Amino acid sequence: MYGAFLMSVNRAIPAESAGLRPLPPFSHRHLLGIEGLSAQDIQILLDHSDRYVELNRAVEKKQSSLRGRTIINLFFENSTRTRTSFELAGKRLGGDVINMSVATSSVKKGETLIDTAITLNAMHPDLLVVRHQDSGAVALLAQKVGCSVINGGDGSHEHPTQALLDALTIRRRKGRLEGLLVAICGDILHSRVARSNIHLLNTMGARVRLIAPPTLLPAYAERLGVEIYHDMRKGLTDVDIVMMLRLQMERFHGSFVPSTREYFHFYGLDHEKLAFAKPDALIMHPGPMNRGIEIDTEVADDIHRSVIHEQVEMGVAVRMACLELLAQHIPNWRSANPAGA
Amino acid sequence: MARRRKLYTNARLLDPASGLDVKGALLTEGDRIVDLGPKLASGSFAGDTEQIDCQGHCLAPGLIDMHVWLREPGAEHQETLATGARAAAAGGVTTMVAMPNTEPTIDEVALVEFVARRATDTAVVRILPAAAVTKGTRGEELTELGLLAQAGAVAFTEGDKPIASPRLMRRALSYATTFDLLLMQHCEEPSLAKGGVMNEGEVAARLGLSGIPAMAEVILLERDVRLLDATQGRLHASHLSTAESLDVVRRAKQRGLRLTAGAAPHNFALNELDVGDYRTFAKVKPPLRVEADRKAVVDAIADGTIDVISSAHAPQDPESKRLPFAQAEFGIIGLETLLPLTLELYHNGSVPLLRLLACLTCNPARLLKLDSGRLAPGAPADLLIFDVDTPWRVDEKKFRSKAKNSPYDGRRVQGHALRTVVAGETVFQRKRES
Repeated sequence: MYGAFLMSVNRAIPAESAGLRPLPPFSHRHLLGIEGLSAQDIQILLDHSDRYVELNRAVEKKQSSLRGRTIINLFFENSTRTRTSFELAGKRLGGDVINMSVATSSVKKGETLIDTAITLNAMHPDLLVVRHQDSGAVALLAQKVGCSVINGGDGSHEHPTQALLDALTIRRRKGRLEGLLVAICGDILHSRVARSNIHLLNTMGARVRLIAPPTLLPAYAERLGVEIYHDMRKGLTDVDIVMMLRLQMERFHGSFVPSTREYFHFYGLDHEKLAFAKPDALIMHPGPMNRGIEIDTEVADDIHRSVIHEQVEMGVAVRMACLELLAQHIPNWRSANPAGA
Repeated sequence: MARRRKLYTNARLLDPASGLDVKGALLTEGDRIVDLGPKLASGSFAGDTEQIDCQGHCLAPGLIDMHVWLREPGAEHQETLATGARAAAAGGVTTMVAMPNTEPTIDEVALVEFVARRATDTAVVRILPAAAVTKGTRGEELTELGLLAQAGAVAFTEGDKPIASPRLMRRALSYATTFDLLLMQHCEEPSLAKGGVMNEGEVAARLGLSGIPAMAEVILLERDVRLLDATQGRLHASHLSTAESLDVVRRAKQRGLRLTAGAAPHNFALNELDVGDYRTFAKVKPPLRVEADRKAVVDAIADGTIDVISSAHAPQDPESKRLPFAQAEFGIIGLETLLPLTLELYHNGSVPLLRLLACLTCNPARLLKLDSGRLAPGAPADLLIFDVDTPWRVDEKKFRSKAKNSPYDGRRVQGHALRTVVAGETVFQRKRES
C-alpha cells in the first residue's frame, strides 16, 4: 500500500489540485535537521516540493491546505531571503503567517529563547519556523512547544531547508543526485548550510568534497564522510556541482584567513578555477554573496552555469512542501480537508 | 567526663593506606580511632560502649574530596556550605576542599577564616578552604600564600581557571616551596580553549559547536612540568582528561618531580558522545573526551598515574543550564555519585577496590597533609560504612544538593554509603530505600 502511495507521488499532478490530494507519509513531527532523515524521507520531501515549482510559476498561486493554520516565523538572527521565502510559502498555502524578529540582547539571549517559546506556545501556533545564532537552540526550543518546528538555521549546525532546496535544484537540472560529485567550497567551519548539505548528499548517494584552507574546516571534518581538498583546482577537478559558501566575515577576527584578497586569490571561484570542473558543472551559492571575495561577479552571473537564482525559486517550493507535510499531523487536518488522506 | 566509645562490629575493614582488607571491628573514642582489627571482640567491652553492627559491610576511612565548588559566599541559591555538606555526607565524603571561586574570591585571610568558621557552624562534614593563587583569580598578583596557609587554606588554586602566565606560574611554584604548599592547576591553555564548549572532535564538528582541543590540556601541563622541574615545587593537576596528558604525568613522576594528578568521575564514566543532542548537563571542563581518552584515564587510575579521584562538584541552577549549549554554564554535580561511579571501575574489573579507595582517602590526605584518610589508632574517627554491591538508580529528585545538574540521572549504579561518621559522630545514615 505504501509502495502505491509513493508511486503516485512521482506522477505529475496538476498544480491546481495541490492541497486536495493524499499527502505522502512523512512521520516526523519537526524538521530540525537533515541528519537523521532517511533517503526515503528526503525523497518524499523533494518529490512533494517538485509539485509546487509549477504552481509558483503560475499567476494564481493561492492554495488552501493551510487555511486556518498559524505559522510563526521566529527569527533571532537577521535573515531576508529565508524569512521571506517561508513567509511566501506559508501564505501561498493559505496559512496565517506572523513574522517575529527578536532583537538579540547580549547575555540573556537564552532566557529569552525559552521564555519566548513558552509565551508563543500559549498562543497555539501550528508551525514555528525558527532561526537562532546558537547551534542546538532550535532543538531546545522544540522541546518546549506543542507544535511542529522547522529549523530555519541554527548556529553552525544545520539549515535543512537550504539543503533540500539545493538538492531540488540539482535534481531538476541533473535528473539525479546519486553518483554526482559535489564540491562544497569556502567557510565550512561556520556553515550550517555545509553540514546539512553533507548529510543530505551523503544520504542520497552523492560524493562530497570539501575545499577550504584548514582553518576554515572543522577539526575531524573527514569523519563526516567527505574528501578534503586544500587546493581548489585539484578539488574542483571533474566535479558536477560547485557549491560556494559565503565567507562569514561577521564571525571572523582576522585570524582564519590573512585577508579577503588572499582568500579570493586561492579560494575565490573564477573562470580559471572553474575550468577544472566538468564543462556542464553547475555553480551554486546559498546567498548572500560576497562578490569578489568568494565568487567572481562574472561567474556568479553566468546564465549558463550559475543556478543561484533558481535556488531561491526552489526555496519557496521546498518550504511549502515542508510546511504542508508537517502540518498533516495537526489534529484537525482531516476535517478541514475532506478530500485529504 | 568519659569520652564516648563506639565499637563498629562485624565489618569488612578496608584501609588503603596499609592495604588492610579483613573482617573485624573498629573502636573509636570521642573523635579518634583507638583500635581496630580482626581480634577486637565485642564481648570484651563494657555496657557503656555503643555497639554498631556493620552487618558485614565495608568500613573505610571517610572519603576526602579534593575538589568541590560550594557557592557560598555569593551564590547561595546554587549551593551553600550546609547543603553541600549534606550532599557530601550522603555520598560518604567526610572532608572536602572548597574551591575559591566564590563571590568574593577567597584570596584574603579574613575570607579563608570566614569559610572555615561558616563550615564549622553550618556544615556536617569537614570543609577545608582552598585559596586563590592570585588576587581575584585575575592572574596578576600573588595572594599572601603563607599567611593564607596559616589561616587554614590547605591548597592554592584558581579553581576552574588556569594560571595562564608562565612567569606568574613560575613565581607561584617557586614561592610556594618556602612553605611546601600545594598548588592545584586546571590544565587548559586559555587561548587555545577560548570560545570552546566541548571536546574538539567529530561530535563537535557534527553539532556545529566550537571545540576545546585536547592539546590545550597537554600544552599547559607540559609547560607546568618544565616550571616544576625548575622550581622543585609541588603541583597537582586537578582533572586530566586526555591520554597524552597522562603520559606527561607518567614521565614527570619517573623523573621524580612532585607532580600528582586527579580525575573526576566524568573523566572515566562518560565520553563526548554523552553530549548527545546538546545535553548541557554534560557540558563540563575539561570537556568529555573521546573513548580512547576515557579508557586512558581508567588505565591511569589502575597504574597509579592518577593519584586522586574527586567529584569536581559544580552546582548550577536550572537557569544556567536550560540554555542553548554554547551559552550554558560548565559543570556537573558529583558529591552524591562519587562513590558509586568510582565503584563502577571495581565492578567492571578495571581497578582493585583498595586502589580506588586510596584515590578517595589516603592519597588526597597525603597531598593535603591531613591525618585523616586512614584507619589507624590515633587517626580521626572519620568513617564510611558502605555497601559495595547494592544496585540502585540515580534519581536527581533524591539529591541532597541544591543543584540537580547531573548527567547521571537514571543511570544504574552499584554501591552506596550506608553511614557516614565525622569525628566520631554519625552525620548520615541511609534509611531503607533512600
